[in-house]
Amino acid sequence: MSTALATNTHAAAHAAHDHSHSHDDGSKTVLGFWLYLMSDCLIFSCLFATFAVLAGNVADAPTGKQLFDLPYVAGETVLLLVSSFTFGLAMLNMHAGRQAQVIAWLGVTFLVGAGFIGMEVHEFAALIGEGAGPGRSAFLSAYFTLVGTHGLHVTAGLLWLAVMMHQTAKFGLDGIVRRRLSCLSLFWHFLDLIWICVFTFVYLRGAL
Amino acid sequence: MSATTHTNTASAAHGTLASYVTGFILCLILTGLSFGAVMGGVLPPEKILGAISGLAVVQLLVQLIVFLHLGLAPEQRNYTVIGALTVLLIATIVIGSLWVMHNANVNMMPTQMSVERALSKD
Repeated sequence: MSTALATNTHAAAHAAHDHSHSHDDGSKTVLGFWLYLMSDCLIFSCLFATFAVLAGNVADAPTGKQLFDLPYVAGETVLLLVSSFTFGLAMLNMHAGRQAQVIAWLGVTFLVGAGFIGMEVHEFAALIGEGAGPGRSAFLSAYFTLVGTHGLHVTAGLLWLAVMMHQTAKFGLDGIVRRRLSCLSLFWHFLDLIWICVFTFVYLRGAL
Repeated sequence: MSATTHTNTASAAHGTLASYVTGFILCLILTGLSFGAVMGGVLPPEKILGAISGLAVVQLLVQLIVFLHLGLAPEQRNYTVIGALTVLLIATIVIGSLWVMHNANVNMMPTQMSVERALSKD
């Protein structure tokens, strides 16, 4: 599968799509992706601002202090941090050109990230089961919107990880796959940055 | 950051195993300190928010430098400048919203109204 023929076919297929970018070395694409992430950052900052404004408006519903289980959130945090680290190991192997290790570390990242999403879904289900769903109070609406948006981003990242494992296996570490992995790396680490703000300003502050 | 430049711009733009391990351990420690500050009850309550905010900012910086490779080297500078400008926009949105809504709450909310009375819409 890593024959020159496969690589050439792949490159030709992409030359057809990316005709106007055929002289781009990929660095502009990654910079453009960084611009997208910064605009995504603004979405999150609006959601954080909304949450901060509404955090006190519990309307007699349970407060964060009563609802949040900090050891559980610490577990989620460690999972996401470990997945960031394992993605870093995948990128180091990509730069060293070790295809099998890249796929293996992407696989580990996928499993740990899926563990994070599993914990979050379980947490949301438990909250809704206790009657503390998003419709209960302004605080809970803002909480589910903010944390849920982050969770949807991680889910999209998992899908992208699966696609990149397949592409790495099929096409090898050619320029296009490296460029896409560089974008996914920014995306995945960016989600960990957002999570730092979530656990600090939503969970820890809410438990004060 | 690209396939063609990665061979000549050495580890600065991509990190090394040592930098990733150091960053990972630092983040674990900073996360542990944040959770410890709230769950341990060692700090006086009025200092906790300041402490966890400071720890979050430090951890954001560690991850930006170690995992996202922001820096002042020529090939990193565009990313850093765009990131810094975004921080300015975020600060404007978040601090501005909190300030305006705080004033609105202080000046405009009826203070004597109970939840029951507000719900009954009398």
